[in-house]
Amino acid sequence: MSGVFVGMPAFPKNAAKAVQNSQLRFNLRKATHTIRGKRAAVVGELDDWAELRQAGKTIKDHTLRNLDRYLVELEEKVTAAGGVVHWARDAAEANRIVARLVKDTGETEVVKVKSMATMEIGLNEALAEEGIEAFETDLAELIVQLGDDFPSHILVPAIHRNRAEIRELFLKKMAGAPKDLTDEPRALAEAARLYLRKRFLEAKVAISGANFMIAETGTLVVLESEGNGRMCLTLPKTLISVVGIEKLLPTWQDLEVFLQLLPRSSTGERMNPYTSMWTGATEGQEFHLVLLDNGRTSVLADKVGRQALRCIRCSACLNVCPVYERAGGHAYGSVYPGPIGAILTPQLRGMDSELDRSLPYASSLCGACYEVCPVAIDIPSVLVDLRAKARHPRTERAGMAAAGWVFERSKRLAKAQRFGGRMRRLVPKRLPGPLSAWTDTRDMPEIPAESFRDWWIREGGTAGRRPAVPPDGNLPQESRKS
Amino acid sequence: MRVALFITCVNDTLFPGTGKAAVELLRRLGVEVDFPLAQTCCGQMHLNTGYRDEAVRLADRFTATFAGYDAVVAPSGSCAAMVREQYPHLGIENIPKVYDLSEFLVDVLGVTDVGAYFPHKVTYHPTCHSLRGLKVGDKPFRLLENVRGLELVPLPGAEECCGFGGTFAVKNRDVSAAMCADKIGNVMKTGAEVLCAADNSCLLHIGGTLKRQKSGVRVLHLAEILASTEENAG
Repeated sequence: MSGVFVGMPAFPKNAAKAVQNSQLRFNLRKATHTIRGKRAAVVGELDDWAELRQAGKTIKDHTLRNLDRYLVELEEKVTAAGGVVHWARDAAEANRIVARLVKDTGETEVVKVKSMATMEIGLNEALAEEGIEAFETDLAELIVQLGDDFPSHILVPAIHRNRAEIRELFLKKMAGAPKDLTDEPRALAEAARLYLRKRFLEAKVAISGANFMIAETGTLVVLESEGNGRMCLTLPKTLISVVGIEKLLPTWQDLEVFLQLLPRSSTGERMNPYTSMWTGATEGQEFHLVLLDNGRTSVLADKVGRQALRCIRCSACLNVCPVYERAGGHAYGSVYPGPIGAILTPQLRGMDSELDRSLPYASSLCGACYEVCPVAIDIPSVLVDLRAKARHPRTERAGMAAAGWVFERSKRLAKAQRFGGRMRRLVPKRLPGPLSAWTDTRDMPEIPAESFRDWWIREGGTAGRRPAVPPDGNLPQESRKS
Repeated sequence: MRVALFITCVNDTLFPGTGKAAVELLRRLGVEVDFPLAQTCCGQMHLNTGYRDEAVRLADRFTATFAGYDAVVAPSGSCAAMVREQYPHLGIENIPKVYDLSEFLVDVLGVTDVGAYFPHKVTYHPTCHSLRGLKVGDKPFRLLENVRGLELVPLPGAEECCGFGGTFAVKNRDVSAAMCADKIGNVMKTGAEVLCAADNSCLLHIGGTLKRQKSGVRVLHLAEILASTEENAG
């Protein structure tokens, strides 16, 4: 994945900094709660949302299971319609292909419609190294680019900025911004529109991603809200689309489901404003499709983790996530922040870095993400599965082993409880070491003199039957078959 | 019907009062519960922290301990959800039928008025695993609404996580504390004397913060409110 985030510290450290930033927290809270409310309203008005969600999940699972077949079908159809298909194993290969295609046109500037895949591979940076300048045309993406900033949200990459900050940025960095620019959204949009119009009219090459690719006809689909995508996809002579291999749908009929699921989950709209679809190239124009793997086939090989490939990048999970709301997108150190990022990034990049190992733990497992996911990705289950695969700190391993040992025999637990009961007056108000993380903001509970089980025994409570596990806690035999 | 109480390790060790209240309440409703002494922990902490093998051992132990009971009642939505929702993912078979307290009262016993008396202003936090795991819905509210003397005030942002999340509270201390601060802000807005929930682990976190801030708001497990009567009202 993109090199822009390389070397970032682990999530808790990044998040701790973000939590202190009250302006950021205010911006994030306001924005996520607004979209959250809109989504809930438009999802709530559909009686068949649960069926749509199930259909979305089923179609994606079917496609992923038969990805080899559908990809070949797509390649045939795109080629027959006059397009050229390229296969890229990883980010470096994809960047090389795109840079070569742009150089072949003789151009040094390209316009871009917002694309997660090109951000994932760090395409803009790779093109810059080849002397090619890429202009982002999505308003929020433009704000991020002008500010030399990182995106912090999948749908609204500049969610961490408010309009006063954007006005200042435009005045400083955007050529031709009017001196009397106000921070009215209308005025800001107008200034950006004038700036971008020039780019659209001059550009000979455009780069896009795609929300969906339809195998049966070789058609690509882009959903956007500003019309900038329509400009990029139609005006320039050459169009290069970089698309992850999981974006495939077998048929147009399948698309019907997703054109309902995506806008309602994403922007909270009933229908998407600009939906562009194209098949191959028209005369006098060139179309290149770069199909990107970049770790996706290894995700597909994982029984639990593969459901992450169902993701349609709607960002509903970000907008309901209490952790994302406080930590912000940058803390995740990836172009995929929030709950989906926490399961996608460690799978795509591996868990070698401290940051990537910390991502599966960037969740309280509250389950809000799973509830809103339009393709029913069980994010908490994938998080827990990744946690089991992560390397654990030594002190934690020792603590967990000790707890496991105590819990393996009820007699040991009872002994530990009695010991705690005797020592209860000696427990300090502030705990030392890693446990201070608890007592820095919370009081310790009072440790009772007597545990529940000792009360039960003292009261003469009867178990009433011979238990399968005797009170000494020795399991008679392993009961699990698997 | 053979009914067992699964006290949970947190309640057993730190909140025996909740267990006593659950026993008292169930006896009052004519249910004689067993307490299999071999029980320890469901394994949730191990599983959610990334220690699957230990979790599977504890899950096996749980299943053997409660085999043969028609119903297992747990005064913890989170531990009940662990058994019901997570055990199947771990390949555990013959999983005992586990109910959270409110589910057992409303669905199995069919009661919403348990004859409780609790003359206080109370707000309820529907913890994440009860809400989105077990999907207990309005059951706790129906039980609380029938408590005589109790004034139930709605909690703004009730469905948002309090930030406990097991070891999350320690691993991501800052985000956890920020989430709790917002939860407490909402609790204070209600003017309630008591914050109630059906999970003492969440209340350990919220209550510990409330106490540190000397807020004056008490936290109480649902079982303790439902066990209160005019005779034993404290």
